[in-house]
Amino acid sequence: MPNTLARLDDVSLFYGEKIVLKNCNLDIVEGAITCVIGLSGAGKSTILRLLDGLRPPDAGHVYIRDRDLCHMSETEINTIRAKISLSFQFAALLDSLSVGENVALPLRENTALPEAEIKQIVLDALDSVGLSHTYDNLPSELSGGMLKRAGFARAIVMRPELVLYDEPTTGLDPIVTHLITDMIVRLRQKLGGTAVVISHDLQSIFMMADYVAMLFEGAIIAYGTVEQVKQSLNPIVQQFLQGSEVGPIPI
Amino acid sequence: MKVLEKFGRSTIGFFEYAGGITELAGESASFIGKLRIRFAETISQCYLLGVQSLIIVLLTSLFTGMVFSLESAQQAVQYGVGSLVGGAVAYTSVRELGPMLSAVVVAGRVGAAIAAELGSMVVTEQIEALRSMGLAPARFLVVPRLLALLVMLPLLAIFADVVSIVGGMWIAGAYAHIGTADFIASARQTIGFEDVVKGLLKSVVFGLIIALVGSYQGLSTRGGAAGVGKATTGAVVISIISIFITNFIMSALLYGA
Repeated sequence: MPNTLARLDDVSLFYGEKIVLKNCNLDIVEGAITCVIGLSGAGKSTILRLLDGLRPPDAGHVYIRDRDLCHMSETEINTIRAKISLSFQFAALLDSLSVGENVALPLRENTALPEAEIKQIVLDALDSVGLSHTYDNLPSELSGGMLKRAGFARAIVMRPELVLYDEPTTGLDPIVTHLITDMIVRLRQKLGGTAVVISHDLQSIFMMADYVAMLFEGAIIAYGTVEQVKQSLNPIVQQFLQGSEVGPIPI
Repeated sequence: MKVLEKFGRSTIGFFEYAGGITELAGESASFIGKLRIRFAETISQCYLLGVQSLIIVLLTSLFTGMVFSLESAQQAVQYGVGSLVGGAVAYTSVRELGPMLSAVVVAGRVGAAIAAELGSMVVTEQIEALRSMGLAPARFLVVPRLLALLVMLPLLAIFADVVSIVGGMWIAGAYAHIGTADFIASARQTIGFEDVVKGLLKSVVFGLIIALVGSYQGLSTRGGAAGVGKATTGAVVISIISIFITNFIMSALLYGA
């Protein structure tokens, strides 16, 4: 029985009157890559924000190593966040800082490491995503794919136990998509941690996922290994995997 | 019924806004109290928000002092009280024009810039990224801007006072033939050190308003580019209105009795 690192337990969440998640349950297996798939606007990115404690659910519980984030202050959540990193869809690097300073930021603010050591760790992190030459560049000088990789470097620089990737391959060409998918697998192996990836890119998901969860109308309707999900008898899952317009999913 | 509903919503909105600003002020004060301050960033903000506003504050104050002197000096000389012009210009500049004008100009320039910068950071998820790294946006972004304005706005007000008086003096001499010595003597007789301190106290409060309103507007931005535009406009309008209201209250409290 694999260990569960994080868990959504009966979570419901609303944006105004819109139901985003309704009694949603999801286990994130320790040491595995779990990919969450679903339609645009289904609430996949919201799951990452719940796991990072960036927003509380309206009902239910979010557990990280059996500690319920819903009953914690921001300061307590920050102690949990020290072991979690979120890589944003558009990297969310601070415009005013160079790439190196962006990657160094969590180390400078959250540790007492000497500057020389921080620089070395940052260069190693940038090197592991193939961007050591961009240390002094501003984020505005990087391409979309490079920005995402710089975001990855910032996400892994604290050597987190859980890395959350929000649509890491969206809007990228097939070559960079392949490169980034491969990078997520390599980074997981290097860090020995756990990853949750939100994506629409089925090819990339099938390449990297240990487990796949499909979110539909606020709930996880399919969960299992890639093969199990591919063979699901649920017509919604089959329609989504085939990208067909015909089926039970309302267009 | 609809009118009541609207009134109710506006009232709730007002108290939510006031509560949000108070919470942000409290959070920032707590970081300042614990000396959790990013000093290098604060100095950089002093330059960006203060030093870079100097020229526009000087120009505005100079011409306002000159206009005030132009209007008052000719009349005063006609009525034979030309010796009072220096006092009138200095009195108005130090107590009201210097602090108010510098604050309004800075609210327009800096309040908008703070709201736009933080608002853009919200819509590009940079604020969420900070929180995700365990960094409080209040400490990281608001405190340096707040401290910078608390320091720089009184300094700008001093420059505004001086330039406004000098401009007034020049116009009084040029148009009403009031001598520099008479102008200065009248000014020295009319204003005291206490007036300068009270004027600077106003500037400190105005700095607080501009930083908190700009930051709160930016951090509560919703939506994309349109949301940033709304937040920016709101920051300027709310700051300026708050400055005028606060100025009246402070004048009544400081000078009223």
